[in-house]
Amino acid sequence: MIRSLPRSKGYDWAFNGFIVLYFVFLFAPLVVTCVLAFNNSDFPSLPWQGFSLDWFLADGPDRVGLFHDEQNLRAILTSFETAFFVSILSVVVGTCASFLFEKEHFRFKGLLYLLMLAPLVVPGVILGISQLLAANTAGIFFDETFGLDFDIFRPSFWLVVLGQFSFISTFVTLVVSARLRKFDTSLEEAALNLGATQFGVIWHITLKYLRPAIVGAGAVAFLMSFENFNTTLFLVGSEPTLPINLYLQVRDGSTPVINAVSLMLIMGTSLLALVNFYFNRKTD
Amino acid sequence: MPRSRLAFWIFLAPVLMWLLLLIVLPHIDLLLMSFRGENDYGDIVWTAQNYLNFFTEPIYWLTFVRTALYAIVTTGITLILAMPVAFYISKLARVRIQGALMILILLPFWVSELVRIYGWMILLRESGVLNFFLVKLGILHRPVELLYNDATMIMGLVYTSMLFMVVPLVSVMDSLDDSLIEAAHDLGARKTAIWRTIIIPHCKPGITSGAIVVFMLTLGNYLTPNLMGGKNSLWFTEQIYNQFIASFNWNQGSAFGFLLLVLSSLIIWAGLKLSGQKLGEVAS
Repeated sequence: MIRSLPRSKGYDWAFNGFIVLYFVFLFAPLVVTCVLAFNNSDFPSLPWQGFSLDWFLADGPDRVGLFHDEQNLRAILTSFETAFFVSILSVVVGTCASFLFEKEHFRFKGLLYLLMLAPLVVPGVILGISQLLAANTAGIFFDETFGLDFDIFRPSFWLVVLGQFSFISTFVTLVVSARLRKFDTSLEEAALNLGATQFGVIWHITLKYLRPAIVGAGAVAFLMSFENFNTTLFLVGSEPTLPINLYLQVRDGSTPVINAVSLMLIMGTSLLALVNFYFNRKTD
Repeated sequence: MPRSRLAFWIFLAPVLMWLLLLIVLPHIDLLLMSFRGENDYGDIVWTAQNYLNFFTEPIYWLTFVRTALYAIVTTGITLILAMPVAFYISKLARVRIQGALMILILLPFWVSELVRIYGWMILLRESGVLNFFLVKLGILHRPVELLYNDATMIMGLVYTSMLFMVVPLVSVMDSLDDSLIEAAHDLGARKTAIWRTIIIPHCKPGITSGAIVVFMLTLGNYLTPNLMGGKNSLWFTEQIYNQFIASFNWNQGSAFGFLLLVLSSLIIWAGLKLSGQKLGEVAS
C-alpha cells in the first residue's frame, strides 16, 4: 500500500506506469509545441523537415519570424504593461485588505470579508461582462450629466487592468493574510514602547516581515494577469494582450510563429515560477 | 494595542473602493440590465422577456443543462485521475523526489491555458502529430480528425483543471497518518476497505475544495470548449459571448450571465453545505 508496507511487484509496476503516463499527458502538448517551433516547415505539423530558426529570426518576405512580427511583439509589450500595473495595484490594495481583515475590528467585517472572497466563485466571463456593463453605464452617466467623455469607460487598456485587478487582489489578500497571521505582535508592541510611530512600525517591522509574501504574491499576480483570457476578452479594446492575440491567430489558422511565441511564454513563465519556488523555499 | 483611526481608514478606503466599484456595482448593473429590454416601439422598458427567452428557446436551456452536466462529468473524471496521482506523491514516492514531483505538476499550469490548448490542437488534429505517428506505424490507413468532438473537449477540460484537484488532495493526504493505514493492513484489511474507510473519509475536505474549484472553472471556461469542441458542442459561456459581441444584445447576454452566476453559486453553496465547510477554508 504505502512506502512502509510490503507491496507486490505488480502493484508497483502498475502504479509507476500510471504515473509515467500521467506526466506524459501533462507535458506532451508543451513539448510538441516547443519542438515544432524549430521545424523547417510552413505548418506546425510533422513530418520533420529539418532544424530551423526561421520562426524566430526570419525577416520576410516568405516567412516572418517572431522577432520581426510587429503584431505579436506589440501584444507581448501590452501584456507586460498590463501585468505590471495589475501587480502593483493588486499588491498595494491586497496588502491593505489583509491588514484590514487581520488587524482591525469593525462592524460588517464578516460581510466585507465574504465580498472580498466573491471573485473566487464568480466565473471570469461574468466578471468581464459585468465590468463592461458597469463601465458603459458610467460612461453614459458622465456623458449625459456632465457632457464629459472618458476613454476609460470604453473597452481599453485601463479597463483590462481594472478587470484583472478586481479578482487578482483577492489572491494577493489571501497570500499576504496567511503570513500576517503568523506575525508575532509583541515585536510591534516593543517598537511602540520604544517610541516608534504607528506608521514607522508598519513600515520598518510589519512590512519587512511580510516582504517575502508580498514579493511572491506580486509574482503570482503578474503571471495571472499575463495569462488571463476570460475576463480580458470582454474588456479588450484596440490593444490586444498576448493571450487574446494568440487566440485570434489560433482560431484563424495557425503558423509556426505561434509555436515560437508559445515557446518563449513557456520558458518565461517556467523561469518566473521556478524563481518563485526558490524564494518560497528559502523563507519557509 | 491602541490603533489610530487614521490607519484604519487608510486600510479601509482602497478596499471599499475595490469591492464597491469593481465587484458590487457591476453585478447590480448586470442584474438590472438583465431585466431591461425594448418594447414594440423601441423604448427601453423593464421586462422579464430575457429570462422568458431562455426558457422558451430550447437551444438556450439545453446548452445550459449540457454545460452543467459536462462540468460535473469533468469534475468526476478529474477526481478519479487525481486521486492516485496525489496518493503517489504523498505516500508512495521517495521523500527526496516529492518536492521535484510537485514542481513538475505545477509547472504546466503556470503556462497560459491558450498555449496548452494549442499544444493539444497540433497533437490531435487531422494533420497533427498523433495522426502522423498512427499512420506511420500502420495503425491507421488515413488520418482521422480527433479534435472537435465532445470526448476531446472533456479531455481538454480535465487537462486544464487538473492542478486544482491535485494540489488540495496532496495536502490532505500529507496530513493522513501513515500508521493508520499500517494498522489497518496489520489487522488484515484489504486495499478496497482501506480506501473506503480510511483514505477517502480523511480526504473529504480536499475532495470538496478541489471539486468546487474544478467545477467552477469548467463551467466558466470559454477557451477550451471553443477551440477543442466542435460546431455542435456549444458551451454556455459561448452563448453569453455571442449575445454580447456578435448580436450586441447586452440585455439577453446579461440574463444569461446572471443565470450562470446563480448556477455556479448554488452548486458551490450546496457543495459547501454538504461537506460542512466554509468558503474561506476552501479558498486558502
